[in-house]
Amino acid sequence: MSEPILEADGITLRFGGVTAIRDVSFHVNEGELFSIIGPNGAGKTSIFNTISQVYRPQEGDIRWKGASIMGHRPDFVAELGIARTFQNIELFPQMTVIENLLLGRHIRMKQNWFQGMLWFGVAKAEEMENRRQVEDIIDFLEIEEWRNHPVALLPYGIQKLVELGRALAMDPELLLLDEPVAGMNLEETEDMARFILDIRRELGISMVMVEHDMGLVMDIADRIMVLDFGEKISEGTPEEVQKDPNVIAAYLGSSDLHVAAE
Amino acid sequence: MAFNRPLLRTSYEQDAAIFPTYTQKGAMVAFGVFLVLMGLGAPYISAIPEFFLGPTWINPITNMLPLAISALGINILVGVTGQVSLGHAFFMGVGAYTAVALGGSGDEWQACVPFHEEIGLLEERGQCGLGLPIWVWLPFSGAVAAAFGIFVSPAAMKVRGLYLAIVTVGLVFIGLHLGRMFPEYAGDFESGRKWPSLDFRLWKEETPLIEFSEDGKWFGLIHLSEEQKQYFLLMALLGGFIILAKNLVRSRTGRALQAIRDRDIAAEVMGVPEFEYKRLGFAISSFYAGIGGALWGSYLGRRSPVDWSLFLSVDFIAILLIGGAGTIAGTMLGAVFVELTPEIVKHRTDWLAEQIDASNIFTPVANFLLTTGESGDFGPINIGTVAPGWTMSVFQWNFVIYGVLIVIFLIFEPLGLFGIWIKIRNYWKRWPFSY
Repeated sequence: MSEPILEADGITLRFGGVTAIRDVSFHVNEGELFSIIGPNGAGKTSIFNTISQVYRPQEGDIRWKGASIMGHRPDFVAELGIARTFQNIELFPQMTVIENLLLGRHIRMKQNWFQGMLWFGVAKAEEMENRRQVEDIIDFLEIEEWRNHPVALLPYGIQKLVELGRALAMDPELLLLDEPVAGMNLEETEDMARFILDIRRELGISMVMVEHDMGLVMDIADRIMVLDFGEKISEGTPEEVQKDPNVIAAYLGSSDLHVAAE
Repeated sequence: MAFNRPLLRTSYEQDAAIFPTYTQKGAMVAFGVFLVLMGLGAPYISAIPEFFLGPTWINPITNMLPLAISALGINILVGVTGQVSLGHAFFMGVGAYTAVALGGSGDEWQACVPFHEEIGLLEERGQCGLGLPIWVWLPFSGAVAAAFGIFVSPAAMKVRGLYLAIVTVGLVFIGLHLGRMFPEYAGDFESGRKWPSLDFRLWKEETPLIEFSEDGKWFGLIHLSEEQKQYFLLMALLGGFIILAKNLVRSRTGRALQAIRDRDIAAEVMGVPEFEYKRLGFAISSFYAGIGGALWGSYLGRRSPVDWSLFLSVDFIAILLIGGAGTIAGTMLGAVFVELTPEIVKHRTDWLAEQIDASNIFTPVANFLLTTGESGDFGPINIGTVAPGWTMSVFQWNFVIYGVLIVIFLIFEPLGLFGIWIKIRNYWKRWPFSY
């Protein structure tokens, strides 16, 4: 097994008196597709927000390749190579698809505002180079026809793809996918699953995926962590998790209160 | 090279170009030639602005140009970065007073240092003005305004939207107070002081290298009036600043600013440091404001502290709303519209007043619309000295028109004049087909 690139060690996140995450530890190995599942309000998205440091957990430590990222700003985390998509699409609605993807390239571009204002020279060369790379992503996700549309006007499924593309444009080493197929029909779900597998195979990007579609999770995830009420109740391969009585209790309810309390 | 079709892009350069097609390039060149010929007073061409603005048309148009430069700044802050600011007049004032302190005529440099070690606040107040040339005071007026913008920007991290607008309103009143506090910079509070001319000097020599303040031959080539010289200078500067602003918006920094406007948290997660870019938005916007303010003061020659008031700030918000926030073409349309409409209304009313005695087809119209204030003479526009009843002067009507226009645009066309242009363009693009 390869080295873990992301390690979370006993993270606890509280909002006033509410504990959203309680003492959760996990790790993501290089090239792995790690999935986080759990009922609504279990703290899955909160975990993503602590990784990208939008929320600052009160306890615990998150390490990226051995170095702690605690206390840094979200843009620092992004520059390390951790990209993410959002549960409720967070694209920049007034910008076109190309502009959204180019914004993803922001951290990989070096020009400053002054060079940008002059345009000719550094800025133009860099814009053209990144424009070409963005075009590769557009090809990869097959969204050529939507290129010049402002994203606010696009159908939901396409917006989801554009958001995935924007995260890919950041050249990430780890991709955090927050419900990539939420609200999609069967065909769109199949397409998205194919893209996720392609990203993994062709680009070798490790992924953490939060998803409610159990069929998808069980099919493509390497390892699964199950959360309930902010606590980790199980972790393992899809087969192991499916058989875990704690998981069954959390999802289906259980008459055996001892198991649930455990 | 062949003429390309509008949506056929053959290179990334073309895709990122300001004017991707030859038709657009040609139209812009034609428009530039038109502006130059207009400035030169070419027959037929200069008849167009003369029709709207009268024989002194060049004055309102030149007066609009520095304001258009400032409007580019407010567009970068409000339209592109999404930080609503009513403090633009303050930043214009900062730039203008930097210009007058560095470039204006004054007593001695001590007057520019308001605090003296021995006597505290200076009692014997001279007038601060170092008499430096334009290439010193113009960049400095932008830079000092930008520094003030950076100083104010942390407020944008704490408060958003309307709250930020109210915070920045405070700046305008602080500015007015400072104008009263420091007469060595601002001159008399009511009558103001004289601004340096736009003449280009290498240093403080008698005869300027390039003359902008007297009629005469330019470079020994062409005879131009003072107004024409200023028109060309300010038009060239505006053109330059438009290109810089456009380049900013289409490159990495501009996209980051727009991302902050659309969704600031998502932008941060994408690697755009929020505070740094809000600060940059304030800095660049204030830079434009400072340059615009300095040029405006220099063009008009005399300004007083009350000129940098809240009304000026509101003017800029109106420019954005009417023109179309976030787009540079819209900002320019808005600037032209907001600054020139009152002048057009004024000129055409004066013209209409002349038709009363001329007895032609316009006479009934004039009789209907105008009133001199005598009894029995009804009309909504008062041109006499006494205002009978509800009639209003042209000046007051302009305020009404202004207000009504803002309401109309907000309700019916949020994208402003630019949005109307897009609709017209899209209609003709498909014509004669509906889809």
